[in-house]
Amino acid sequence: MDKEKVKQIVLDIIAEIAPDEDLTDVKPEIRLRDQLDLDSMDFLDIVMELRKKHGIEVPEAEYRQLESLDSSAEYLFPKFEAKAVA
Amino acid sequence: MNYFDERIVVTGVGLTSPLGDDLATLRENLLAGRSGVTRFPVRNMGDLPAGVCEFETTRHQSRKQLRVGTRAGSIGIYCANEAFANAGIEPAEVDRSRIGVYVGITEHGNVETETEVCQLFDHYDEDVKFWTHHHNPRTVANNPAGEITVNLGLTGPHYTVGAACAAGNAGIIQGAQMLRLGECDVALAGGASESIRAYGIFAGFKSQGALAQHEDATKASRPFDKNRNGIVVSEGGCLYVLERLSDAKARGAQILGEIAGYSLNSDGTDYVLPNPERQEECIRLALKKAALEPADVDIVSTHATSTPQGDEQECTALRAVFGASEGTFVNNTKSFIGHAMGAAGTLELAGNLPSFDDGMVHATINVEELDPACDLPGLVCDEAKETKGVEVILNNSFGMLGINSVLILKKFHN
Repeated sequence: MDKEKVKQIVLDIIAEIAPDEDLTDVKPEIRLRDQLDLDSMDFLDIVMELRKKHGIEVPEAEYRQLESLDSSAEYLFPKFEAKAVA
Repeated sequence: MNYFDERIVVTGVGLTSPLGDDLATLRENLLAGRSGVTRFPVRNMGDLPAGVCEFETTRHQSRKQLRVGTRAGSIGIYCANEAFANAGIEPAEVDRSRIGVYVGITEHGNVETETEVCQLFDHYDEDVKFWTHHHNPRTVANNPAGEITVNLGLTGPHYTVGAACAAGNAGIIQGAQMLRLGECDVALAGGASESIRAYGIFAGFKSQGALAQHEDATKASRPFDKNRNGIVVSEGGCLYVLERLSDAKARGAQILGEIAGYSLNSDGTDYVLPNPERQEECIRLALKKAALEPADVDIVSTHATSTPQGDEQECTALRAVFGASEGTFVNNTKSFIGHAMGAAGTLELAGNLPSFDDGMVHATINVEELDPACDLPGLVCDEAKETKGVEVILNNSFGMLGINSVLILKKFHN
């Protein structure tokens, strides 16, 4: 597991919840909402899929950590690492 | 401002059914005597006879809307877009605050709730943190109508009309009433149903002894046949564009028919069992409002669902009203497409609507041995019947808790 892999996991989830979006050129440093048609319900979907598929919990106070691919990778990587160790 | 004396006309129709996703295809299949019933996998119950729609879901809806919304919403969106196209109305080019959406439903929310509960039990050890945040917008009672307004950006009133299996007629009646009240200038009205996707609907009918069974799915829905044994549950939708005649004329719209009269009443007697006396009253009330006599009716589109008792009760009511009307033909669309629940009445009316132009009466299929209790004089069995012309169609739709609805449509004459 590395941060690039985490980004791909998030992108795979976005591909499911926003199937009309073209994800080939998503800029990792730019806010996802600024480059994709995503609303607050979609972010709840991302949180739910992380929980269902990967057993990762994102508390409500930390939702903002998912605003870009880069910030998602920084925030989620330790959680995935912790899961791997467990 | 109200328009109590205005004539209300049908200027467009959009539908999806187990026999086609447009009126021409549905009509062609009905006249050809083809059944649309197939087998459908139902959770916990195996493959059961059912009516399934195969419309192109992404024709009018993004894949994201499709994922977030409901099947009933998707059916409604398809029907709405097709109806407006058929009526020659581009919603983006008219005053969208003056379009009202009135969708009849038998039930809504069973599919979404059942699916979520099953997932929670099957995969998540009943832990509610896995319960979707989409649940409430999917299950609110206005969902099938509301999704249409979101899809088309409509800003007039929208709601569903909960009326059990009388809902299709009730939706149309609501639309006509709102036009007369001046609450809207265009009413998108009818019904929609996604019921085949909830096993509880099938299980409920089975426990009630009212679920159709037959080795050949195409013969499972057999109203008026001596060996009928229950309902074939179907999904579907049908929405009409309704307008005041003056508005329709002003824009040079096609006019497919005119609402001549309608009625709604209640049995006030039982949760499930129908009441032929109240059904008869409902039919007579609609005729009175339309200023028509029974003999003026060319086609009675029956509600009959293929249950032993229900069909017989409706025939009792029809015999009382139309027993002396030699020129009145009687048919049944459910024998082809099953019981589309909230969409039943509105789809059955659509199946008969082209009679104004082609003069044909589609048949009732699967009557291999006519039940003597259902032997109505004008019953058209097996093959479509050619007539000298059709001027008036009377459409019955009845539902649980004793709700009755009758809608009369007549051929438009200037």
